[in-house]
Amino acid sequence: MTPDTLIIIFLNGLVNGMLLFLIAAGLTLIFGVMGILNFAHGSFYMLGAYLTFALVVQGKLPLIFALIFAPIIVALVGGIIEVLCLRRIYQQDVSFQLLLTFAFGLIINDFVRLIWGSAPLTIPTPQLWRASIEILERTYPVYNLLIILIAPIVGISLWLLLTRTRFGKIIRASAQNRIMAGALGINVPRLFTVVFMLGTWLGGVAGVLAAPLRTINPALAEQVIIDSFIVSVIGGLGSLPGSLIGALMLGQINAFGILIAPRAQVAFPFILMAITLLIRPRGLFGKIQD
Amino acid sequence: MKINRPQTLVSIILVIVCLFPLILSPFYLILSTEIFLIAIFALSFNLLFGYTGLLSFGQGAYFATGAYVCAYLLKKSLPFIGAIIISIIIAFLVAAIFGYFSVRLNKIYFAMLTLALGMMVYTLIFQGRELTGGSDGITGIKITQIGIAGLNFDWQNFTHYYYLSLLVFLLSTYSIWRITHSPFGELLQASRENSQRLIFTGVNIRQLHWLAFTIAGVFAGLAGALWSPFQRVANPEIAHWTFSAMPVLMTILGGYRRFAGPIVGASLFLLLEHFVKANQRYFWQWLASLPILPAHLATRQLDLWNMGLGLLLIILILGFKEGILASFTKLSKIFSKN
Repeated sequence: MTPDTLIIIFLNGLVNGMLLFLIAAGLTLIFGVMGILNFAHGSFYMLGAYLTFALVVQGKLPLIFALIFAPIIVALVGGIIEVLCLRRIYQQDVSFQLLLTFAFGLIINDFVRLIWGSAPLTIPTPQLWRASIEILERTYPVYNLLIILIAPIVGISLWLLLTRTRFGKIIRASAQNRIMAGALGINVPRLFTVVFMLGTWLGGVAGVLAAPLRTINPALAEQVIIDSFIVSVIGGLGSLPGSLIGALMLGQINAFGILIAPRAQVAFPFILMAITLLIRPRGLFGKIQD
Repeated sequence: MKINRPQTLVSIILVIVCLFPLILSPFYLILSTEIFLIAIFALSFNLLFGYTGLLSFGQGAYFATGAYVCAYLLKKSLPFIGAIIISIIIAFLVAAIFGYFSVRLNKIYFAMLTLALGMMVYTLIFQGRELTGGSDGITGIKITQIGIAGLNFDWQNFTHYYYLSLLVFLLSTYSIWRITHSPFGELLQASRENSQRLIFTGVNIRQLHWLAFTIAGVFAGLAGALWSPFQRVANPEIAHWTFSAMPVLMTILGGYRRFAGPIVGASLFLLLEHFVKANQRYFWQWLASLPILPAHLATRQLDLWNMGLGLLLIILILGFKEGILASFTKLSKIFSKN
């Protein structure tokens, strides 16, 4: 096990961790503010990836174009779902909110199969970023490093949005006490729509970034949703720094786990989740659950 | 007449169902057998959801455990009865372990965790090629001995298996009825309504929920153990969340607040599934004949089952979340007033 191999594995883990962070950030934002666990979140990620395929491979547009527009389309889909359906059931038991998002996940999953078929698709890495950098005698794609750069920028921007802007303050207020926020004149339903769109937008961004790296297939959603749940449990639902730490941890565990115990590796994330639930159920940064 | 209506209705249905093998074709006998087994599965789910208020997305894990253990043991030529008993015990253990972690959490985490655990079982089934056959599953299951001397049970005979499933279904339904209509069942419902108040009275909710979870797992495992010999195969899909979503949908369809809801939902759902799959060719042909849509749609063999499930679920949640049974009761009340 040479040092450069270890570095490559570490970088791969970092890339996956960063992608997972974006997905989990969206999930945790939606949950923290609206109290809804978006079971369809993996499907939005997958939709972002498929839209990237449509724009880049079918539409022959540059990846930058997809990076800007695909997440917006995903966010619009999220917004429509929120306004038409989710809004009606805020008063109801949380189980039905979960079931509704679950149902949307099912619909989106079959929708991508309907439009793009069930066969796996690939997107070639964009010409611009096909170069590789030399790291200790090994080459590593620049595109991957780009993800490691972009994801934290998105994360920091999100953090600044939440903590330093008035809009962010409104979001945090509604998260803490939606009734009081409404009493103060905040249009909470509209805010929820915006937050849901922001969350799904993040999922879409992750989908676009991941599209050239992974094979795009209808099972993408389920691959990612479990991991994002585990990240949220470890980091704490509703906490942005928690999702970052959790995602980075999970990325490295998956990367190095294959090295240590290839057959048992699939269970590692679950074991970590189980340990977290036993020792500190609210996660690293989460609030105490009722 | 009015007081006894549910009982007389159930008795009539029971008599008809016992006579099914005389009137139905083998195809519908098979469908009915599947309905019985899946109804047990759905009842086990509703023990957690309708009665305890715990939404579990991973009941398939225990169904699959029962199915795979039974299939594995049968391939090792164990008697049927022994295989079933061991399958139930192992499903019990798995449910006990998974349940221990799951019930410590509030509803949202619970749903998340049960989904994750279910998918973990799915992934493990894929990985464990030597034991589970990976993506192929365990195929060519045969029952070599039944395990009860002198019993003339031909497992390949659809009528015999039908009566076996019916028997197990009736016993399971009766057991779950007794469980839900006992003090334990009352406690479960109380924990659903106001768990904090229940804690104040001194009840250990965690243990209560753990026990309910384990019982649900046992019945799911029982259904699974009978399922794989019937299907002659144990495949990984039964651990996937889309399979675990079936009892969820069935229960909401039939009515999660009624005991018989899951049974009604399971019957309706499987009948609907059969109808849709048999006729989906015509649907695609009709679609292709519409002017705007391309003609090649007619040849599409795509099965949009998940989308249909999702749409049905949405319609139910937004409009009819009490389920079919509740709508029936409302309708019958309207008619009886006149």
